[in-house]
Amino acid sequence: MLNFTFRRLMFAVPTLLVISFIIFALLDLAPNDPTGNLPLTIPPDVREQIRENLGLGQPFHIRYMKWLEQFFINEPLNVVEQLFGFEFAGSEDRLRIRSWATRSPVVDLIVERMPQTLWVVGMSYVVGILIALPIGIISAYKQYSIFDQIGSFVSMVGFSVPTFFTGVVLIVIFSVQLQWLPSIYDTTHEVTDLSSFWVQVKQMIMPVMVLAFFNAAQLSRFVRASMLDNLNMDYVRTARAKGMSETIVLLIHVLRNSMIPVITVIALGIPQIFSGAIITEQIFRVNGLGQLLIIGIQGADIPLVQTLTFIFAVLIILFNLIADVLYGILDPRIRYD
Amino acid sequence: MTDAPVTGSRIDEAQTAEARSLWGDVWRQFRAHKGGVAGAVIFFAIVLMIVVGPYFHDIDPQFLDIRSKNQGPSFKHPMGTDNLGRDMFAQVLAGGRISLAVGVTAMLLSLFLGTLIGVLAGFIKWLDGPLMRFTDLFLALPLLPLLLVIIMLFRDTLRNLFGPETGIFLLIVFVIGITSWMQTARIVRGDVLAVKEQEFVLAARSIGTRQQRIISRHILPNVLSPIMVSATLGIANAIITESALSFLGLGFPSDFPTWGRLLYDGVNFIAITPERVIWPGLAISLSVLSVNFVGDGLRDALDPRLRS
Repeated sequence: MLNFTFRRLMFAVPTLLVISFIIFALLDLAPNDPTGNLPLTIPPDVREQIRENLGLGQPFHIRYMKWLEQFFINEPLNVVEQLFGFEFAGSEDRLRIRSWATRSPVVDLIVERMPQTLWVVGMSYVVGILIALPIGIISAYKQYSIFDQIGSFVSMVGFSVPTFFTGVVLIVIFSVQLQWLPSIYDTTHEVTDLSSFWVQVKQMIMPVMVLAFFNAAQLSRFVRASMLDNLNMDYVRTARAKGMSETIVLLIHVLRNSMIPVITVIALGIPQIFSGAIITEQIFRVNGLGQLLIIGIQGADIPLVQTLTFIFAVLIILFNLIADVLYGILDPRIRYD
Repeated sequence: MTDAPVTGSRIDEAQTAEARSLWGDVWRQFRAHKGGVAGAVIFFAIVLMIVVGPYFHDIDPQFLDIRSKNQGPSFKHPMGTDNLGRDMFAQVLAGGRISLAVGVTAMLLSLFLGTLIGVLAGFIKWLDGPLMRFTDLFLALPLLPLLLVIIMLFRDTLRNLFGPETGIFLLIVFVIGITSWMQTARIVRGDVLAVKEQEFVLAARSIGTRQQRIISRHILPNVLSPIMVSATLGIANAIITESALSFLGLGFPSDFPTWGRLLYDGVNFIAITPERVIWPGLAISLSVLSVNFVGDGLRDALDPRLRS
């Protein structure tokens, strides 16, 4: 297993390098000028100096190498310093990836936005899993029943209807018509007592439910299919023949075996949730990572967009790796060597 | 399958046995899938409406009638008007043409790429490794952020080259097409690998059939069913992606709106005219839902193991 993990890691590194190159090259070779938005009254030599200052004076491969160094060496060192409080030599003149729009280090911006995204996205994923599991289990156990048919239809609706439509419909119903819930997520709100906690719950309900519904729709179909695969196995018949109660057969024998593929699907879905959250954050004005990306794109803030997109790519590769390794750990029948 | 098709008497079956063709079987099986049939009916109704609709409801979607702005539904304006007095129904019909055109064209492009790469990887041994690593690489790309980035960077260039409307259409179709072929390629490759080991391919090879002919005549027809299923899912995916891009403000412009763009423009007015959001959103959801049901039905119909 360790051997496999190691080999898989060795493969992930070149993939990451290629992807980082694609992202860097795409953004760099694109036909636009970062000083294009500046006033025309700026004389050409000053404009040249600004370009120089943004780090654009050097040839392409040098800038790529520098970006890699900043991303893979300098920024992790900074994070380590912040976490443990000691300083490596020369931490002052270490080059950092800076946003063109705000001139602050990109990583600081990301750290600032991370909690909102994690709260909303993480919560919605958990809620989605909690909804999907019972629905999938009951649908499979009572295959072709009314419950199963309604469940299948609802899950089909769930992943056909785009989140930006469900979100807006919820806003129309609960914020505009009934005026129960706020339509905008207030990030500055702090939870201090019970009533402010309630305000927080109220503003989180809609974004969380929109994403949770979408996730649950996809996941419940996986749970159902996986349960159906296992329900016809011989060991289930054996367990019943031994006189085990249906609850134990279903929830202990079948469910545990069915969860193996489901858990990998859950792991694979996590990075996708981050990019799906871009839309949800835009609807409810949550100022998380997705919104940061949109702002960066609209303002042509190349370093910010490069770094964020690359972080999304790292997440995808990381969770693919986790899913593969988990699958091997959970299912002893899988042999990688 | 909840309702298997009613099998007639033995004599009936014997008589029709010769007349049954592969596609006849598929059609029979598809008809038995209620969801698939309902999806097909609804999808064709939507297509018919946006193709024929503008001839009956002949208000110009871009005609500004500022006096009758933000109106609710009436006989003259069945879906009301927007904040500039443009007729919403006409806009939804016009937007649907673009949305579906984008969906179908992007699907065709992604299907072409996916089939090409899948067949090449499955059929030519030394290409298999590199092409599949290439597919894995694409699967690891963060697609939505990349789509947004590509559109931001190349929008203006393409609009200058091909004009505002064609430019953005080409760009969106292209970016959706080249980022959604991976699943098709994987499925097609798997099927090609299985098909090419079968005896009839060996027979074809032994009588000296050329490679291209083996692919076009023997391999492709046998991997058609997964391609067809991917086609329906591809349309659904392309419609959703396009409207998501438009919803984020990086798709089609307001004067050339798609359903996604209409929804995006309507969001700022949900307190006054919620219909502006509901109708385009409903149109997107219904099209995607019906196409997904058709795909579900097709998958069952094309699976010979389920055939009765």
